[in-house]
Amino acid sequence: MAEIRVNPTRMEMKRYQARYQTARRGHKLLKDKRDELMRLFLDVVREDRVLRERVEAALADVYAGFSVAGAVSSPQMLGEALICPKTEGELSVGFRNLMSVNVPVFNLQIHTDGNTEHYNYGLAFTSGELDVAVAALNGILTDLLRMAELEKTAQLLAEEIERTRRRVNALEYILMPQYLEIIRTIRMRLEENERGNTTRLMKVKDMMLAAQLRQPDDADEDDPPS
Amino acid sequence: MYKIGIIGNRDAVQGFMALGFAVHEAGDAEQAARELHAMVRSGEFAVIYLIERYAAQLEEELARYRSLPVPAIVSLPGQEGATGYGMNSLRRAVERAVGADILFQDLPEERKG
Repeated sequence: MAEIRVNPTRMEMKRYQARYQTARRGHKLLKDKRDELMRLFLDVVREDRVLRERVEAALADVYAGFSVAGAVSSPQMLGEALICPKTEGELSVGFRNLMSVNVPVFNLQIHTDGNTEHYNYGLAFTSGELDVAVAALNGILTDLLRMAELEKTAQLLAEEIERTRRRVNALEYILMPQYLEIIRTIRMRLEENERGNTTRLMKVKDMMLAAQLRQPDDADEDDPPS
Repeated sequence: MYKIGIIGNRDAVQGFMALGFAVHEAGDAEQAARELHAMVRSGEFAVIYLIERYAAQLEEELARYRSLPVPAIVSLPGQEGATGYGMNSLRRAVERAVGADILFQDLPEERKG
């Protein structure tokens, strides 16, 4: 650890003791924050995982439907059939504060013209597989959005957790030991000074005693002090 | 109001037109990257889906946008089926946050489609 030069005074020691207390409180708070973030994060990831498995399975069916539809009708016809969506979705984004991490919340409002069917094309020239695929795709729309929300949340939380963990570790393994070391050094120096002082006093006292002993009787001058 | 976009090869993404997504076709990863940057820069998109095949090649680009609250860039499997890329990126997020993979031990390390 790098040596830090401080004045070995009581003032300085008090200051570092206060700093140490603050660091300890901060460390405890950050650790709590990290634990809570972790809990949230794991919940999000678990939900996302289930969702992703479902979406991936559903998408496989959707693609299968589209490729069959593509096989039985011409690509142009398929493109034409799909090109203008009937449902017009309006996506609004709100933000939610999770442990001071702002995560997006997606809200999709779908406007349809009263007709619940999703198909935006005439049924005459397209195959039934296409209808099924489009319907299936519509079915996973909310899952898709929820998945986007969760994955973004997971990413943001992961970043925050990493940052918080670094802070916790910096406090725990660098800053707090450093303060303790400084406090210890100052205390040692103060004690050492105190001892130096005491011995000096004792020495002076001895010298004074010797001088006093010498005063009344000058004959004993050569005697060493007791 | 935000839009939802999807980037991928034609066959994979054209179906999403029916949902009203903004479909951007890309023949290769480079083109996908260009589309992605343009979409993010426009600020109109809250969600951008990216077909896994390209997402796997655009790690660096995706990392750049990871800390932005929007857009959410999410990989979706293409027609070749799930390559496990999506799950793996989730696993990596867990590893990054927790320091160890504690949720996905039951999955094989790298699932290749």
